[in-house]
Amino acid sequence: MNLMGVFFVAYLRFFIILKGRIRNMYKIVRKKELNAAVTLLEIEAPFIAKKAHAGQFIIFRIDEQGERVPLTIAGYDREKGTVTIIFQKVGFSTIALGNLNEGDYIRDFVGPLGKPTHTEGVKRVCVVGGGVGCAIALPSAAAFKEAGAEVDVIVGFRSKDIVILEDEFRAVSDNMYLMTDDGSYGEHGFVTVKLQELLEKGNQYDAVLAIGPIPMMKFVCKTTEPFGVKTMVSLNPIMIDGTGMCGGCRVTVGGETKFACVDGPEFDGHKVDFAELMSRNATYCQREKEVTETHACRMDAMGKALIK
Amino acid sequence: MANMSLKKTPMPEQDPKVRARNFKEVSLGYTAEQAIEEANRCLKCKNPKCVTGCPVNIRIPEFIAKVQEGDFKAAYEIISTTNALPALSGRVCPQESQCECHCVRGIKGEPVAIGRLERFCADWYRENINAMPEKVESNGIKVAVVGSGPAGMTAASDLAKKGYAVTMFEALHTAGGVLVYGIPEFRLPKAIVANEVKKLEALGVEVMTNMVIGRVLTIDELFEMGYKAVFVGSGAGLPMFMNIPGEALKGVMSANEYLTRTNLMKAYDENADTPVIKSKAVAVVGGGNVAMDAARCGMRLGAEHVYIVYRRGEAEMPARLEEVHHAKEEGIEFKTLCNPIEIIGDETGRVCGMKCIRMELGEPDASGRRRPVEIPGSEFILDVDTVVMSLGTSPNPLIRSTTPGLDTNRKGCLIVDENEMTTREGVFAGGDAVTGAATVILAMGAGKKAAEAIHNFIQKQ
Repeated sequence: MNLMGVFFVAYLRFFIILKGRIRNMYKIVRKKELNAAVTLLEIEAPFIAKKAHAGQFIIFRIDEQGERVPLTIAGYDREKGTVTIIFQKVGFSTIALGNLNEGDYIRDFVGPLGKPTHTEGVKRVCVVGGGVGCAIALPSAAAFKEAGAEVDVIVGFRSKDIVILEDEFRAVSDNMYLMTDDGSYGEHGFVTVKLQELLEKGNQYDAVLAIGPIPMMKFVCKTTEPFGVKTMVSLNPIMIDGTGMCGGCRVTVGGETKFACVDGPEFDGHKVDFAELMSRNATYCQREKEVTETHACRMDAMGKALIK
Repeated sequence: MANMSLKKTPMPEQDPKVRARNFKEVSLGYTAEQAIEEANRCLKCKNPKCVTGCPVNIRIPEFIAKVQEGDFKAAYEIISTTNALPALSGRVCPQESQCECHCVRGIKGEPVAIGRLERFCADWYRENINAMPEKVESNGIKVAVVGSGPAGMTAASDLAKKGYAVTMFEALHTAGGVLVYGIPEFRLPKAIVANEVKKLEALGVEVMTNMVIGRVLTIDELFEMGYKAVFVGSGAGLPMFMNIPGEALKGVMSANEYLTRTNLMKAYDENADTPVIKSKAVAVVGGGNVAMDAARCGMRLGAEHVYIVYRRGEAEMPARLEEVHHAKEEGIEFKTLCNPIEIIGDETGRVCGMKCIRMELGEPDASGRRRPVEIPGSEFILDVDTVVMSLGTSPNPLIRSTTPGLDTNRKGCLIVDENEMTTREGVFAGGDAVTGAATVILAMGAGKKAAEAIHNFIQKQ
């Protein structure tokens, strides 16, 4: 199927959802396009909103034919009973989700899954976000701030046009560094350049939390390793049920098999086998390619080249 | 006139060559004539032994007598007084080791086909009457059921029939537990499970999907919300792997994942968004019923070769004989006395073979089965591109880790007393969450027993 085909099918689905022919469950109350590829949706899910914490994730399913897709929670409003997700339109399901509007419903929305970001005992932290990963780094940064930690934030984007959540990060950080790969905004360079600089300057962090593309997280870990700084990463392996049943999300951490859905999604980055995660995440890449030209697959290829 | 045939009346089935490539039901069920013919093999024993073998005490000779008379409605009604889910148990129960193994007809010849008759009655009722059960007057007392598999559904049904206001929480998007994510469509059509859920709703059970208890609500919060008792039927948990090299390769997955993609997410249907790996040759490691289900799904998903790789001999396989027989008919190749030692990948990280070693049986081990021992130097490579590990599961940690006072055994299974009550007052449990991976009917039996115990517990207060 070519790209047009994908949009056509997504449009059809969208039409069916509008018609309300299926049992509608979770209402979209707010939609905001953060950049050309990244969308924010605020969804009515009172049970989840009541219990969600930074670092946890949800699984959505658009309709009866839909797949179960995990997304880390970008925010929640306990009073309003809503949960916010921010996602990049990279595959069939996220494109279809991005085509929905305020007032539409999605079939399934389940969570909060996984363990929250561990903020206890952390006095000073550096939160590193990359690309759309910044969306889920933000609530964790906020959680650290709320727990009384001094929070440094490094966020990185490819270029100025895809920068998201800049003001939000400023509001929850003590020091904020914005990096672009091409230097079109903020400082020029990868997030690791800034992190290296801060560590060399003598900044003492109790923890570094890195959320973003796999190669970025791997290189953040490489950067912090010589300094002996505990580094947590939020992993996004392939997953189906998300409740500890299918084992699809298994990752190797310190030589042991762990399940991201119940043991994670955050793990000690110095122990994670990133190459294995990268390879496993590409299992259905070929199929996705058949469906659409995905950005994620290209990202995987780039990542592999980097890791080699 | 009793039918003295030594053999069961055969049940029509799809041709093996045809069914090996489709997901339609394998067994087609008895016609009314066949059912009566088989029912006439029952000798109506004064002291029926078959009933003692049934975990839910179905009044077997009584319902069979009604089938003999051709009064199928009455037969169904007798079954449903003790069994909430006959269309399911009639299909997936291991009758040969339960009711049927006690049948006197089995002493010389084959026992009465109790399971097939049970299935016939349930199907006949659903197709001809399908009356929804009537709601019992509510006593207003709230009971929570966690998990909507066979244990949860049975407990919910029995409690609702006693007038309790039951809420059944399901973590996935569809109710039914293992009946929808695990057991394939060709053994248990999902429309039948959905019909059973509809019946529960007719009884007044509130079914809440997408609710992962232990995360979105804890057991303690359920009590705070006014539930007077909680039944935990959360099922088996995380899949086990062998810890051999190559298990992280693309194309290696647990039977739970393979079956969930195929059954719950309907990956065999091209209209479904969820993908499942396309395979030329699949090795399923394990010898249980789940392994047979996975292997038979592999065949139906288009693999040219599907192997069952099992370290003991065929006689030691825990799978039901009928499942093994069906699998063989469909062309599944059995590599018994054979154990994987390494999974081999190609340059893209995809499985391209599995190194195995041949085994022989030694002295009996703790389980009483003869322990398989490796034959040195007998390694060989099985040419496969997909490996499905069907080695069992370890209990899910979500509920035990978020519920203070809920004790588990060494394996992580919930500990219950003779009344199915856990170490937390008012919290009952049953099914795989207690026993580890077992059968649908044992879970149903536990759900039934727990419902009775919950009733007594609440009445005492």
